[in-house]
Amino acid sequence: MSITKATNSGLVGTKYNNVSADNYYMEPIATTLVGSGGTATVTFSNIPQIYKHLQIRSIGHFQGTANSYLNAQMQFNGDTGSNYSYHRLFVNGSSVAVSSDSATSTTRVNTPWFPDDTYTSNYGPQIVDILDYTNLYKYKTVRTLGGFDGNGSGLVGLFSGLWMNTAPITSIVISIPSNTISQNSRFSLYGIRG
Amino acid sequence: MSKTATYAKIASTTLSTSQLTVSFNSFSGYTDLICVVNMTRTQSGNNFSLRFNGDTGTNYSQVYFEADGTSVIPGRNSNTNAMRIAAIAGGFGTDQAMLTINILDYANATTYKSALTRYSQASTIVGTSAGSWRSSSAVTSFEIGAIGATANFAAGSVITLYGIQAVN
Repeated sequence: MSITKATNSGLVGTKYNNVSADNYYMEPIATTLVGSGGTATVTFSNIPQIYKHLQIRSIGHFQGTANSYLNAQMQFNGDTGSNYSYHRLFVNGSSVAVSSDSATSTTRVNTPWFPDDTYTSNYGPQIVDILDYTNLYKYKTVRTLGGFDGNGSGLVGLFSGLWMNTAPITSIVISIPSNTISQNSRFSLYGIRG
Repeated sequence: MSKTATYAKIASTTLSTSQLTVSFNSFSGYTDLICVVNMTRTQSGNNFSLRFNGDTGTNYSQVYFEADGTSVIPGRNSNTNAMRIAAIAGGFGTDQAMLTINILDYANATTYKSALTRYSQASTIVGTSAGSWRSSSAVTSFEIGAIGATANFAAGSVITLYGIQAVN
């Protein structure tokens, strides 16, 4: 399911002449609520270029019965190449040990975990910040807080991701590779003015 | 499609006297809630907790990790009667603790309710937590602070509640 927004008139690096008193705030752009049957991907396309930053607030599940949880992942502008990397710091599972790892030249940015349907009503929340997404001179940075608690299991973590491309972000695809995002998962995209 | 300015301030409290907890019970019409706390404690204590809808049953759990300047501390609690979302020490005078508590999808009647929290107190701790309330009821009220404990919000603490509205 895609969002549509006709406006694409933000000029990177240019200040607006008509700054209004209410210019510094957060606006909802689009929301996807996954319906019956689930979906392989959630896509935000034609993202308006008029904001400074983006935020995605989501709560999700994926279809499965293995009593497991998997990272959600994100790609920008249809780029499926090995142009991403990430670091993460998290507490994990029954070991309750703090862990960290990283990866380079990956095909997606990792964000925190969604549990599978074994966890029934327990969905994983996450907040993804994409900073300076329209800038023509910087690689794009993603910062995420997320996790879920399963009453004796679960994880919480801080993630940092990188898309090694200076193009403004115009679309975002969210997925759990090889899995289906479950019904009632919600993904909401916001623009933050600056 | 309509566009609504969001991150709206719903309520804000600056405490004139110390108290153990603060409650909110009027926040309809939003998708997510964000509670921002800037506080000190005058009494010793540690756990800072969250309780929804007055539910005192052992229907909460949480996972967290935090750093105290010496070590990184992971933790998990299950079947608790409130959600431990942070560790805030008392007796540090003007050393403010800051918490940002995100409650996503609080009004839906399908999923359990979650809280994501980041917290810090310069002299003692920095950390993050994810907690769960095992109820599919919509959140209609919540209480934060020294639930079942004695470490209070000191006078001057500021607690602000914001609403985030998504496009439907």
